[in-house]
Amino acid sequence: MSTGPSDSEIISLVLKGDHNAYALLVERYKSYVFTLTFRFTKNREDAEEVSQDIFVKAYRSLADFKGTAKFSTWLYTIVNTTCITFLRKKRLDVKSLDDERTFEVADSQDSGFRANQVEQKSRLIMVNQAIAMLNPDDAEIITLFYKNEQSLEEISQILGVEVNAAKVRLHRARARLKDKMEKHFTEEIKDLH
Amino acid sequence: MEENKNNIDDRLWEYIDGQSSVEEKPAIERLIETNKQWKEKYHELLELHQLVQSSALEEPSLRFTKNVMEEIAKYQIAPATKAYINNKIIWGIGIFFITLVIGFLIYGFGQVDWSAGGNEKLPIDISKVDYGKFFNNTYVNVFMMINVVLGLMLLDRYLAAKKKKLQKEA
Repeated sequence: MSTGPSDSEIISLVLKGDHNAYALLVERYKSYVFTLTFRFTKNREDAEEVSQDIFVKAYRSLADFKGTAKFSTWLYTIVNTTCITFLRKKRLDVKSLDDERTFEVADSQDSGFRANQVEQKSRLIMVNQAIAMLNPDDAEIITLFYKNEQSLEEISQILGVEVNAAKVRLHRARARLKDKMEKHFTEEIKDLH
Repeated sequence: MEENKNNIDDRLWEYIDGQSSVEEKPAIERLIETNKQWKEKYHELLELHQLVQSSALEEPSLRFTKNVMEEIAKYQIAPATKAYINNKIIWGIGIFFITLVIGFLIYGFGQVDWSAGGNEKLPIDISKVDYGKFFNNTYVNVFMMINVVLGLMLLDRYLAAKKKKLQKEA
């Protein structure tokens, strides 16, 4: 993921009083944390504020990081709890994975992502837009697995569920992503072939 | 039919993620080679997998790191949870309550007349239990007194430890 001192080296420097070393960790993980929070907030300003809050929380609890798991896994656990709290505060509907109405809500929210609007955009942006159409639970697990280099075991730790439950959630999330892409980006997908 | 489709999807996702078992892997490879439905599905899922893998991360503003560093300058790193939770106190509280429960159980069983009643009846008639007696008995009072003394001892130890810590810091 990165060069330079390892996460644990940076953490021990920070704990010894070199607070500026924390900037290295922020630089290293800011995009991963921001991408995850953006999946929840669906808004850049909120994502920026929540991400900042996450790094402050992580800094304050740094002495509690035992090093038994990867720093990223520990950090994403804070991301998960902070984002859930944010959604609760915002009183947004965090729907269960089995709730079919989730799709209807997501569909109604995605009017800005019509296929013709992204005709000229790259396929990478298309994927990000399709992920943004998913509910936060689905978007989070896909981001953790594909972008944040977390294994299913680590994802299960972050979400506080069994490994099998994480696997099922990931499968379902991917199926929904596939549906979204087929529904909204049919032309772009054809162009890829 | 739908169940079968989901089963194919699940098995193929496991294969793509490298999570298939050693026995399952060659079986899936054979199915992809020989079965048209499996082959099509595999390519479909693999394409999605590669697309998502190649997607880009979102980037926060350029000032992000600076903002975080300015914010953390206002705070101190909190001491590790382990450092301020005294296990002895937790154990003491646990022992206190267990003693309380065991004491009440011993007293309760001591009140039961085991020779009374037949097979079909309970050894005690709940409606006739004099609950006032439980709390007016000398034994209960003694037992409660012991617990209060234990509680006070625990509190004393806790306060003494706190005082010691404060003196050390000073």
